[in-house]
Amino acid sequence: MTVLSSTGQQAKHHQLGISEETVIAMYTKMLTARMFDERMMLMQRAGKINFHVSGIGQEVAQIAAAFALDRNNDYFLPYYRDYGFVLSVGMTLKDLFLSAFAKAEDPNSGGRQMPGHFGSKKLRIVTGSSPVTTQVPHAVGFALAAKMNKKEFVSFVTFGEGSSNQGDFHEGCNFAGVHKLPVILMCENNQYAISVPIHKQLAGKVSDRALGYGIHGERVDGNDAFEVYRVVKEARERAIAGDGATLIEAMMYRISPHSTSDNDLAYRSKEEVDYNKTLDGLPKFKQYMVDHGIWNEELEDQLRSEIKKQLDEASSYADKAPFPTPESVMDHVYANDSKGGVE
Amino acid sequence: MAKIDYIEAIRLAMKEEMERDENVFVLGEDVGLKGGVFTTTKGLHEQFGEQRVIDTPLSESAIAGVAIGAAMYGMKPIAEMQYSDFMFPATNQIISEAAKIRYRSNNDWSCPIVIRAPIGGGVFGGLYHSQCPESVFFGTPGLKIVAPYTPYDAKGLLKAAIRDEDPVLYFENKKSYRLVSGEVPDDDYIVPIGKANVLREGDDITVISYSLPLRFIEQAAAELAEEGISTHILDLRTIQPLDKEAILESVRRTGKVLIVHEDNKTGGVGAEVAAIIAEELLFELDAPIMRLCGPDVPAMPINPPGEKFFLLNADKVREAMKQLAQF
Repeated sequence: MTVLSSTGQQAKHHQLGISEETVIAMYTKMLTARMFDERMMLMQRAGKINFHVSGIGQEVAQIAAAFALDRNNDYFLPYYRDYGFVLSVGMTLKDLFLSAFAKAEDPNSGGRQMPGHFGSKKLRIVTGSSPVTTQVPHAVGFALAAKMNKKEFVSFVTFGEGSSNQGDFHEGCNFAGVHKLPVILMCENNQYAISVPIHKQLAGKVSDRALGYGIHGERVDGNDAFEVYRVVKEARERAIAGDGATLIEAMMYRISPHSTSDNDLAYRSKEEVDYNKTLDGLPKFKQYMVDHGIWNEELEDQLRSEIKKQLDEASSYADKAPFPTPESVMDHVYANDSKGGVE
Repeated sequence: MAKIDYIEAIRLAMKEEMERDENVFVLGEDVGLKGGVFTTTKGLHEQFGEQRVIDTPLSESAIAGVAIGAAMYGMKPIAEMQYSDFMFPATNQIISEAAKIRYRSNNDWSCPIVIRAPIGGGVFGGLYHSQCPESVFFGTPGLKIVAPYTPYDAKGLLKAAIRDEDPVLYFENKKSYRLVSGEVPDDDYIVPIGKANVLREGDDITVISYSLPLRFIEQAAAELAEEGISTHILDLRTIQPLDKEAILESVRRTGKVLIVHEDNKTGGVGAEVAAIIAEELLFELDAPIMRLCGPDVPAMPINPPGEKFFLLNADKVREAMKQLAQF
């Protein structure tokens, strides 16, 4: 059966071979990430957690990219706003809250790192740090391992447009280009690096740099889930076929302040933020589903109350979970800590 | 057992480990067809092919960073920094990433890389082909740092580093490549990381050092023996983690200690060794702890008198040892 939109064209998700169940699954992740983020902001203001760095306005591209990848085999190197992404590749709300509360059970770091520093070997989410863009050469290293071992996986790495100015970005892209490696680099261009706007960060397009590295480059509307999905899917097909790396620049807008420690109205206007809220991809995605008869307000209400319940349960669990023991500070410096790192 | 050069010992360690484990590979600038600017990787490209002996673009942070990524996947990369002077662009990858990957992931991920880098002067390399960068990385928990002196240790420590589960910086002395030779057994062996080695037994003074300066110390000790001064020499071999027990034992034996390294004095490895001795053995000392190190200048100059002034040699070492013995 072919679902036609009101204009008579084949629906985008059908063109891309995405089932209606998958469309709903994508929206579920989008809304979960958004509501998680809003909850975190509230909890920070209420003094329950110390810090939150938000991904509001970026979830659509993150989730579309995740769904276009092989979520059972690929390796992921997300950056700190990628809640939507990690939720789509297997991380749970409980995991994220355990990290926010810095509890021992946090699978990302055992309560050691700030929230947003993801990592889970089981989920092939590669541990990350705070100095930005160091993950780009790592992603290239995973892609090198895929090529050397003739394994059919790609590595997928994200970063902001500010980060794209770091040497590691350039060095990683160039290495990937020279060795034709199966890596997908996605810049989440949210137009701000803390307070510095895009015009003070870049004189050109991030995606145009691909030309200089001899890799495929493409700019895409990050608020358009299906376009991001298509571009990432095609990038993955090229990578698996041995055609090398792709640099994607997904355009979006950081709707939230940089972090809970940031007053964004000191450097941008409310009008600007409000305007960009009208471009938000999340309500657009919902409208698409409604237009195609696969969503309605009743389903929306059900989903929202289900997510709220999950948020309540997960945050309450994490709140009550124990902190790491003080002495555990000494653990895992080396594989054989008990012997001072020596055999 | 054959007598081979220091550089040959390093090459053999890589060759044998690559034969033993197909996950071991080498990457760096000019390491492939050319076999490295010092010929350290000569023959590896021919034997193992360009997939496992990778000529990288000229970008040290990528050499380290790509190696780190591959290591997290499960490979065993040996990343070569052409000169240790050029590894500073990779410092963020080494200190912020490699050193912290196990710790920050609460033991979920690990980073078993080896980073080889030639250190030291005496080759008319000027400021940027002569440095000893140990102190930049020393004191970074999560890293292991080795700096072999003999070909035996060069081979055994490199093998241990490759088999280690954590990141190891392997500082090889470029002047030693063809200057230092020694017996190396044909069979497979490792030198454990974290274990110092007594090079010479003696009762009057103790000298603690690592890498090439030990050659001068051994020469000086032989000469001083004729004057009736008996020297105990400890080769640290691993500078992180330091072999505390061996340090204390060697100092306890004579009560007089001289610490020697080519890296500059302030904040060098010797400062930590001195602090360990002061903390544990102050009242057993018969003389103040003495250090002989490179001067606190940015790096050594290329002009011959300047380079000679900067560098240690047997005469300078003998003078310091004699002074200590006479205290």
